[in-house]
Amino acid sequence: MNLLDLILEPLSYDFMVRAFVTTTIAAVVAALLSCWLVLIGWSLLGDAVSHAVLPGVVLAYVVGAPFALGALVFGGLAVVLIGAVRESGRVKEDAAIGIVFTTLFALGLVLVSVTPSQTDLSHIIFGNVLGVSRAEMVQVAVLAVVGSTVLLVKRRDLVLFAFDPTHAHAIGLSTRRLSALLLGVLALTAVVTLQVVGVILVVAMLIIPGATASLLTDRFGRMLVLAPVISAVCSVVGIYLSYWLDAAPGGLVVLVQGTVFAVVLLTSPRYGPLRRVVRAGRYS
Amino acid sequence: MSADAFRGPAVDPAIEADGLTVRYGEVLALDGVSLSIGAGTVCGLVGMNGSGKSTLFKALLGLVDVTHGSVRVDGGTPARARRRGTVGYVPQTETVDWGFPVSVRDVVTMGRYGHLGTTRRLRPADRDAVDAALERVGLTDLADRQIGRLSGGQRKRAFVARGIAQDARTLLLDEPFAGVDKRSEATLVRLLRELAADGRTVLVSTHDLHALPQLADEAVLLLHRVLFHGPVAEALTPDNLARTFGLDVSGGDAA
Repeated sequence: MNLLDLILEPLSYDFMVRAFVTTTIAAVVAALLSCWLVLIGWSLLGDAVSHAVLPGVVLAYVVGAPFALGALVFGGLAVVLIGAVRESGRVKEDAAIGIVFTTLFALGLVLVSVTPSQTDLSHIIFGNVLGVSRAEMVQVAVLAVVGSTVLLVKRRDLVLFAFDPTHAHAIGLSTRRLSALLLGVLALTAVVTLQVVGVILVVAMLIIPGATASLLTDRFGRMLVLAPVISAVCSVVGIYLSYWLDAAPGGLVVLVQGTVFAVVLLTSPRYGPLRRVVRAGRYS
Repeated sequence: MSADAFRGPAVDPAIEADGLTVRYGEVLALDGVSLSIGAGTVCGLVGMNGSGKSTLFKALLGLVDVTHGSVRVDGGTPARARRRGTVGYVPQTETVDWGFPVSVRDVVTMGRYGHLGTTRRLRPADRDAVDAALERVGLTDLADRQIGRLSGGQRKRAFVARGIAQDARTLLLDEPFAGVDKRSEATLVRLLRELAADGRTVLVSTHDLHALPQLADEAVLLLHRVLFHGPVAEALTPDNLARTFGLDVSGGDAA
């Protein structure tokens, strides 16, 4: 079998085409968002919100509402609860985040276990990109377009917010509104991405592409191009691997992203371990 | 000299505090601070860490809740100054992520955002303002460098340029001389003097005293309350400094 067959054979199945399209869309929007999350230092918060949406998604399923609505409600609830626990004084932020998101995630697991039709809902946890229906694919696309549009339209304000919130405040911008905007897109993106890799691995798609891109450039504008491209390519490769290895697609997508990150880090002229060797060579 | 006796030059005050008190829970950060700083003045705000300097800045920026009293900037409340973008802020070195992927020009451009529409797309006039600000602080040639790839003094000048691009009437600088070598310090001092000559007000918080005589017209010595406000030469007496830096236990209180 030659390379062309390796590439073309999966595309002869409709479900594989839908998997590729859905994965690429999710990879792009998650990667855009990741550029801000890694720069603000919100990776843990991204982890928290993406887990905490689970009960919202399950409840939305039960009452027949859009998943995104349930996710937004519970993503917002998680952020409010984290703030409330932290402001109680004794508990530090990382502990507050850990307590709130695991508890909400646990609530989601319990709801999954008591809701009839368990087969469908376990897909939310582990992802089910090979079983994505046409309607789900369209929903992912719509949410991704909304999320990406918001990010790109407000990108300058969001960069300012990430870089210097005090200056943003001083010139009359509402930092509270900007952080709410970013968290809203985060909840939306969690819904998009969990279709592919499941709730547990969403955070990988929300951190790794931005972190990888930040190693490759010191221009934010270029990060916004590099992160989605890298993320989309990794995701497509991951889906191919899952087809040929007959292994979990969500896991492989993240595995490929993590591997690419490691390679970029190790070979980075500025940040990698090789830089010492290079420098030593230059001055010897 | 009592804190109230000194009123600065006879011009409109750019910064006014009247009985300004800020409390964080149990901690009294500012305790009845009253002062008036005239427009076009360079004023040094001297005090040790935890003396309330940063809190005073936050009050001027509308970032903290005022417990008692009031504070006014450029003839209005801090909220009004925010809406009009008249207060520029140069952050402390430690609070900036110097690895952040923005260029010097990007940082200066952020000064224009308050003047722009929703997407912050620049108009030609805004580009000119950014270019002029870069020129003014002598960073035109380094405009496309990543912000962290500047020396300590250049970094400070980049943020001052942001305030110029913003057309801030009042500039707040938080410990601008930390990590800045002597020559860059002299450049920065000259730049701030020029901005004051334009009629802008410059408030510089510092615990670094040797730059003060060249830099400032007047000094405020702060330890939760105003211990002294007047000409720099009179501020820097051993007695005043001992009280400011908490060396005096006899409890003399000018305010």
